[in-house]
Amino acid sequence: MVDRRHLVALIPIPLLVLAQAELLARVLTGNGGVALLALVVAARAGVIWLNRYLGQRAAAATTVRLRMRFLRSPGSRAGEVATLVTRGVDAVEPYVAGYLPQMVLAALVPVAVIVRLAFADVTAALTIAVTLPLVPVFAALVGAHTRDRTKTQLDALSALGGHFLDVVKGIGTLRAFGRAEAQSVTVRQLADQHVSATMSTLRVAFLSALVLELVATLSVAMVAVPVGLRLLDGGVALHTALLVLLLAPEAYLPLRAAGAQFHASAEGKAVLDQVPDLPSDTGCPAPDLLGAEIVFESVTVRSLRDFTLRIAPGERVALVGPSGAGKSTVLGLLLGFVRPDSGRVLVGGVDLRDVDQAEWLRRVAWMPQRPTVVPQDLSSGERQQVALNRALAREDAGLFLLDEPTARLDPETEAKVLRDCRGFLRGRTTVLVAHRPALLDEVDRVVRIEAAA
Amino acid sequence: MRVGATRIGLAVVVGALAELSGVALTATATWLIMRAAEQPPMAALTVAIVAVRALAMARGGLRYAERLTGHSAVLRHAVELRGRVYDSLLRRKNIPSGDALTQLVSDVDKKLDVLLRCLIPASVAGLVSLVAIAVATSWPLTIGLLLTGVALPLVSAALARRRLSTCAPLRARLADHAVFLVHGREELVAFDLLDDELAKAGRIAKTLASKERTADLTALAILVQFGTALLMLTQGDPAWLVLGAIAAFEVTLPLTTLAQASPLGDPAVGWGRDELPTPIISAGTDNSGPRVHLAGKINSATAVPLAGRIAIVGPTGAGKTTMLNAIARQLEPCRGALADAHVFNTTVRANVLLAKPDATQEELDRAAEIVELDLDWDTRVGERGEQISGGQRQRLILARTVLADPEVMLLDEPTEGLDPKQADAVLERILANCRGTAVVVTHRMEQLRLFDHVHHRGPVGDEDVRRVGQPLVTDLDELGQRAG
Repeated sequence: MVDRRHLVALIPIPLLVLAQAELLARVLTGNGGVALLALVVAARAGVIWLNRYLGQRAAAATTVRLRMRFLRSPGSRAGEVATLVTRGVDAVEPYVAGYLPQMVLAALVPVAVIVRLAFADVTAALTIAVTLPLVPVFAALVGAHTRDRTKTQLDALSALGGHFLDVVKGIGTLRAFGRAEAQSVTVRQLADQHVSATMSTLRVAFLSALVLELVATLSVAMVAVPVGLRLLDGGVALHTALLVLLLAPEAYLPLRAAGAQFHASAEGKAVLDQVPDLPSDTGCPAPDLLGAEIVFESVTVRSLRDFTLRIAPGERVALVGPSGAGKSTVLGLLLGFVRPDSGRVLVGGVDLRDVDQAEWLRRVAWMPQRPTVVPQDLSSGERQQVALNRALAREDAGLFLLDEPTARLDPETEAKVLRDCRGFLRGRTTVLVAHRPALLDEVDRVVRIEAAA
Repeated sequence: MRVGATRIGLAVVVGALAELSGVALTATATWLIMRAAEQPPMAALTVAIVAVRALAMARGGLRYAERLTGHSAVLRHAVELRGRVYDSLLRRKNIPSGDALTQLVSDVDKKLDVLLRCLIPASVAGLVSLVAIAVATSWPLTIGLLLTGVALPLVSAALARRRLSTCAPLRARLADHAVFLVHGREELVAFDLLDDELAKAGRIAKTLASKERTADLTALAILVQFGTALLMLTQGDPAWLVLGAIAAFEVTLPLTTLAQASPLGDPAVGWGRDELPTPIISAGTDNSGPRVHLAGKINSATAVPLAGRIAIVGPTGAGKTTMLNAIARQLEPCRGALADAHVFNTTVRANVLLAKPDATQEELDRAAEIVELDLDWDTRVGERGEQISGGQRQRLILARTVLADPEVMLLDEPTEGLDPKQADAVLERILANCRGTAVVVTHRMEQLRLFDHVHHRGPVGDEDVRRVGQPLVTDLDELGQRAG
């Protein structure tokens, strides 16, 4: 999913860091080399520019792939998906172009620095080699200690964010019942409680950052002071001392930068973790519906309990029953959008689960309860009619599924719709959900679905 | 706000002190080494050695303190900002749409994030630069810091702004497409249109990706950093000053990238203040009895006394819902309750209770009985709660309205989604228990016997269709004036 080829361009950086420190020490000791230093500085800037450029290109490619993946298998909450494919995937850029390169540098640069210092000043090299691992070790310790608390905290925070959104979205309702003013206090109180809880977690969580900073600065002091003292009695050359002073912070810098980018990258990583798997859509060919019997074999899912039903080819069945009993679920099962928790749906003896969904759906005409793939500037009743006409236009379909085809229609329109359907559906396998009694005259059989106890 | 500003100011000061101790550490350590090379008596170095050790400790501690004060300040600010956003919504006459509200909430979060990750670090860098300029009094350093701290971030922000304005329409189209793909997914799959729609979205995503990339100026900032150092070296500035300057530049380097996400680069994120439109407060209460002029999608306004049980019937698309909404807008809150409502993320009990918080269990049970609500009182519902069917949701909302027992009850197809027998029985009981006025949009002719008045909306004729738009607005304005 994530492009990593751009990381190769980081390889020259440790060498340029060494060269720059070397030359700076030479210039500071008055041995010339300003022109060479300028050249190295220019090369370093050039390599960094190239890295940023390649990183952004890799991030852009990743972003396109992610967007397509999220759109192909989206969740059920439209708002979340819309945010995810626009702003959400933006978080991947700091991860790909910022955090990943920084992690590579955090591995390469300290090694280069320690190796170089080993030749210049063994004590300094050892100091860095011993203190540097303390950073990840301590970070892991603090992380392990705070993981559970942080997790609870994050859940609480997202619940809090959810609460604010929920209250804001329902403000019209709150106002209608005169409850909006009272919530004004609740919104503040809840947020206030969570601030206190969050701060107590952060005090521990930031300890790893404290250690990182302390180790980085203290080791500079630990390297600089002894080197300074050895300079006093001439035990070491000025050039070497300066090299140690310049290189020591460079060893810690990439780790500190990676730490600083950890937050932005965590968001990007969270987005990457949400990437859904591609649905595998291979199945056996769909049976011919002209002669196939449809059988529900003690299906249990959502509110349906042990639901059993046989539909003969060409039969028209109406589903009635109280709301919430599972009428639309039966249609969802026939479409393959709902899978039974237990039991089976068989078409011509084949489990619908094993049938290629795309091919199956080409044989089914469906009119949903709330059509969305219709012009939205129509009234709900008009949208309903458009969807019905579209379903009935599929003359070659072998199964017609109509979910409350005349809901939201006035009686006159309903009568007209029923007239149109009557001739058309005769002899075609049809399952329709009906609340209105007028519909029941149009079918061969009425099946009542009772609400589960 | 005062307290909030003080907290944020404190975070900035602590942050600047942390960065300054880092810069001072580099400068002092360099001075120490350069001085030691001259082999002075040990005593000449004592102060520097103590300073190096103290600064090393101080930097770590201060950095920790900065992160805590910064987060604390922003979180406290979040409480205040959310509260104020909510209050200003309260004072508005018209509540924005659901999408606009969602946008508002995410904008608030984004503002807080910008405060923590852009504005505080930028202020810290500014303060550090000022101190560095004052202490060093070196013109290359002054110019260099102005370049990396001000000029480059401004250019970077301008580039980001330009990129955003090219990308904004594409992003909006992609978001619309995403919503469409989610809502219409099952239909698109069923009608074999999914691949076409995905391909369309894919083309937008590719165009967007090619336009989202922008020139990164960090390399340029690094060039300025070391260019300045080279200039200072050739000028003969002392080593401690040159290395201190390089360290000071480090503080300003991130600004070039940060500027892109700041309000300078993205005007939509704001400056951490809530900039909601001025609230419109409806003043005064009309003490005369409610009298509402029924008007709707078309220009034939009919004055009907608002009393008793009124049914609104008419063909699909005649403007029945529009009429009901027009009535709702004229009524004071509390007096009329439109039963088209949000189901909150909480228990069924809390959802219903909000209509009357002091209701007893008996009252609750009675409301549930009237609307045949068969949900457990402690079931969690809403977006994070249990999935309930359309009919259950409808009855939950009805239970709330029944419990509120408002003076004017407005119901838009209240029993659609319920089976006919249940629908008629529930509506009959609701009307029998309604102490005031009830206005109900319905399609079921069987229910009309339950009403005192039946208001027919005529079909929308050709000449009316042409007039939809302008006359509608005029009518509603007029209505508002008469009601107000």
